[in-house]
Amino acid sequence: MLVPLSWLKEYVDVNVTPQELEKKLFSCGFEVEELLEVGKEISNVVTGLVEECEAIPDTHLHLCRVNAGARGTFQICCGADNVRAGGKYPLALVGATVFMTAKDHKTVEGTMTIKKGKLRGYESEGMLCSGAELGVSDSMYPGGSYNGLLVLPEDMEPGTDVKSLLGLDDWIFDISVTANRPDCQSILGIAREVAAVLDQEFKMPALDYQATEVKKDGFTVTVDAPELCPRYIGHYVYDVKIQESPLWMRRRLALVGQDAISNIVDITNYVMLEMGQPMHAFDCDYLEGNAIRVRRAGEGEKIVTLDAQEYMLNTGNLVICDGVKPVALAGVMGGLNSEIRDTTKEVLFESAKFARDNIRRTSRALGKRTDASAKYEKGVDEFATVHAMERALHLIEELGCGKVSATHVDVNTGNSIEPRELSVSIRRVNDVLGIEVPENEILRIMNNLQFAPSVDGDRLTIHVPAYREDMETYQDVAEEVIRMYGYDHIVPTFLPEAKVTTGGLNRRQQKELRLKRALCSAGAYECVHYSFFSPSDLNLLRLPEDAPERRTIRILNPINEDLSLMRTTLAASMLNAVSRNQKKGNQEGRLFELGNSFLSGELPLKDYPEEREMLCIGIFGEKESFFTLKGMAEKVAETLFAHFDYEPARRSFLHPGQTAAIFCEGEEIGYLGKVAYEVAEQLDLRYSAYLLEMDLKKLSQVYEGRAVFVPLPKYPEESRDLALVMEKDVTCGQVEKIIRKSCGYIGDVKLFDVYVGDQIPENKKSMAFTVRFVPGEEPFEADSVDHFVKKILKKLKNELNIELRS
Amino acid sequence: MSDRLASIKQEIMDGIEKRANSRAAAFELRKQFLDSKTGKIGQLMKEMRSIAPEERAGFGKSVNELKEWALQRFLELDEKMKAKELEVRYELEKIDVTMPAEKRETGNLHPITQMRNQIIDVFIGMGFEVFENREIEKDYYNFEALNIPKDHPARDMQDTFYLSPEFLLATQTSAAQIHAMETKPLPIKMLCPGRVFRSDDDATHSPMFHQMEGLVVDKKITLCDLKGMLDVFVQKIYGEETTTRLRPSYFPFTEPSAEVDVSCFECGGSGCRLCKGTGWIELLGCGIVNNKVLENCGIDSAEYSGLAFGIGIDRAAMLKYGINNIKLLFESDLRVLKQVNDN
Repeated sequence: MLVPLSWLKEYVDVNVTPQELEKKLFSCGFEVEELLEVGKEISNVVTGLVEECEAIPDTHLHLCRVNAGARGTFQICCGADNVRAGGKYPLALVGATVFMTAKDHKTVEGTMTIKKGKLRGYESEGMLCSGAELGVSDSMYPGGSYNGLLVLPEDMEPGTDVKSLLGLDDWIFDISVTANRPDCQSILGIAREVAAVLDQEFKMPALDYQATEVKKDGFTVTVDAPELCPRYIGHYVYDVKIQESPLWMRRRLALVGQDAISNIVDITNYVMLEMGQPMHAFDCDYLEGNAIRVRRAGEGEKIVTLDAQEYMLNTGNLVICDGVKPVALAGVMGGLNSEIRDTTKEVLFESAKFARDNIRRTSRALGKRTDASAKYEKGVDEFATVHAMERALHLIEELGCGKVSATHVDVNTGNSIEPRELSVSIRRVNDVLGIEVPENEILRIMNNLQFAPSVDGDRLTIHVPAYREDMETYQDVAEEVIRMYGYDHIVPTFLPEAKVTTGGLNRRQQKELRLKRALCSAGAYECVHYSFFSPSDLNLLRLPEDAPERRTIRILNPINEDLSLMRTTLAASMLNAVSRNQKKGNQEGRLFELGNSFLSGELPLKDYPEEREMLCIGIFGEKESFFTLKGMAEKVAETLFAHFDYEPARRSFLHPGQTAAIFCEGEEIGYLGKVAYEVAEQLDLRYSAYLLEMDLKKLSQVYEGRAVFVPLPKYPEESRDLALVMEKDVTCGQVEKIIRKSCGYIGDVKLFDVYVGDQIPENKKSMAFTVRFVPGEEPFEADSVDHFVKKILKKLKNELNIELRS
Repeated sequence: MSDRLASIKQEIMDGIEKRANSRAAAFELRKQFLDSKTGKIGQLMKEMRSIAPEERAGFGKSVNELKEWALQRFLELDEKMKAKELEVRYELEKIDVTMPAEKRETGNLHPITQMRNQIIDVFIGMGFEVFENREIEKDYYNFEALNIPKDHPARDMQDTFYLSPEFLLATQTSAAQIHAMETKPLPIKMLCPGRVFRSDDDATHSPMFHQMEGLVVDKKITLCDLKGMLDVFVQKIYGEETTTRLRPSYFPFTEPSAEVDVSCFECGGSGCRLCKGTGWIELLGCGIVNNKVLENCGIDSAEYSGLAFGIGIDRAAMLKYGINNIKLLFESDLRVLKQVNDN
């Protein structure tokens, strides 16, 4: 929201510097995003009277003697075609700063400092300026856009600084207005706040006008959809003379970036900026049927808006129609068929309130945002609706560009624009704040906000102006009080009245943190990846068409296709992270992520989908192998006091010979393995990568482990090394499992050697294990362990035909 | 006789001086004299029998003295040789200590987790529990119950990813306020860290980021309590000298609402690049829970009141660790992850 200081001063005396005002606004909830100094680039430019002006032969130049009053008289070389003796022009003195223009004398290319110079051998002690060189266009000052010197009025005293005349001594506040204060989407609204925060009087602009006579007999306005249009005011203006608006109006519009068009259109824009109420003007010549009808559009009904775009509408859109056809898309843009032209003689002004949610939906659905729709979306109050019309009619008179008729139609749903009474307890207000704001301060603030307050004991009664629709309860009053009294009055306290609570992490959260720390201690770095991924990630994983991972929840409005699906696995993000790292020159590394995968029972979603907490580990580099990753899996098991079993398995994106499924308590909870060569190639991996993914939720469902102390054995342990010969496809896991269940005294079973070669039969392999035996309550007898070994060997022989190596 | 003893003594002294240049040589030398069978002193003991009985005691004493003396000498010699050998060994084993270290690498928690844990630690000390949020949320919890009805302009503040008309990706952790108030007995002191999502993707925005919601519901909760709590928080995280500044703002679910700025921890408030010369850094939004929200959760606003705050974890971490681009947080570049080890 752009607010020129000069315009603001129309409604409130600003008795502080722009910088102080910025601070004041900030303190009461209006952050000034930028404070712009108009004409900041221009300095030392004064009125110069050209006393002598002689053409320099064979050039387009003139040699001038320029009188700059008290600043002196200077010789200036000037190339402009409109320089003449007796004329007054802006003179940039030596040392002045002005805009530098390109060869076209229009395009600004930065600023420059004027120096003494020579043109064609003639000395020039300054420069006579064009509008462009001073940053002034026709909207700021007549002749500003002319490609020659800017002509100053006769009555300017030579030597007078030109900035004030040209409107270059202004400031513009770019203010961010919060969504609860739509009433401040206007110069007037900000002026009210400024008046309140500066303790200054607020001056309402003139709203009076003289209605002449009733015109357009029988003219009617009908609102068929009052739920979308609670108020519609139309007023008929005739004898319209379409002209340029006066300089003061054009300049104000220009300062906030609004092009001046013609007096009637400018009035609608001016009033919208000033009061926050979008207005529209119809050319009555093009309205048929002597009537206005506000109704929902028909299904498939079309309208062509002012910008010559055609839109297909539906019953969710509101249109303004004449007796026959739509003439405006309500709250968004007028129709091309009734726009104001140079020939316009009669005008129907519209000032209406439209339901903000409907305008918002229409504007989004059609992809059409205008200044008007932006205001309506935020909310327009009927206070503004009523007074904006009065203001527009006043301006018609003030500008003398038409006659105000007495034909005024006001259709409303009965909302009052009188102040609402609101009564609150002062104690409750102070209870919200935690401080005691003195009663006279509360009254001062309420007065400054024009709330007409009165106090009776603890009761504060205020009269809330209709434009403050946000004021409803004592909490709102508390906010008004503190933002004006100052948040710096809030002193820190620490819940003096509150109950003591016992906080802390719950078991699951503690476990999660332990797990993360354990993985860090295993050299892994935690990652955070997006919760969404790309359809191409599913293909990267080479998942078959019917894979459950392909049943993804889709985002209806994704930023792009690559971020369009909710993750069903963390593997793809991890693979991409590994690939990115390798591309950036990281030759080895360990990464892990704890995050959710999203599994939906039913699509489209009918209920909350399951958010399943997963652990994913990705490692890469020359030192890594399946077994280093398995070591990390074991670390996870250790941390969670669990025991994992592993069995050969397959995954579409992993090496078929180096992949294992992970089991806990017989339940499959994840996998680990080497990344398949096809995937590695697609990701340009230079170093082998290994991937693990584990379902932590499932793990917690099957296993709730905790640290248990096992007393140290009372009697000495014994161990035996067993070299076993078996078929090549027997796995270490199978052998271990049999050894473990052979007797009740097995401690560790540890593989220490694998051998294939001449010393054992072909097609066989040998695996050597150290088996540790732990005694219970009694020490082992001399032959106990030999007996256990016999039992083990017997079981191995029976179940997998495994022999002791001879 | 005493001559022999003297000469052996001399021999030992000579030997120690001239021959014993290593521990092994010293051992050999020792054997020559002290070996019980072949050693010269041992031999002397054997001669005891051939000595006249009246001289035997004197002789024995002398030999024993010699033996004690020799033992002592050889012990000293051994110590000396040991020291000498170690000296050689130390010299041999000398290394270049400026060569690179071999270390077992320890990973780091993600900067966001580090920041998150630090925030949690501070508030746990104040009696807060930690809640968990859903990433996929219902429109009701994310917006409506928080006093943001459909088509409310406040929805424009947050560009939302929708999964269906009813389900969306949480745009703020504030939904946790509603879940907590619906399920927990009063009083409530809870924190809720979570992933949140907004349809923004440019140099300073990531479509996914992290927030930490805080909620206290009890009797007589005031804006001063909010300031007191947040003061403690920023001092613990950014240093004891850090101060806060509240300024009015707007959130539909709090009234009054405030933005909290902290004094710039880079320059201490005098103005620098980090704080863009203002001396203050915008850190979080907060306020007194809007009664409408309490009532949406069935809490009697005449008796109870609440305070709520929401911290951008990513932003807090970026500020604390000087990470200059939010995208770096989600790219998992080890060169980045290795630097932030404030675990």
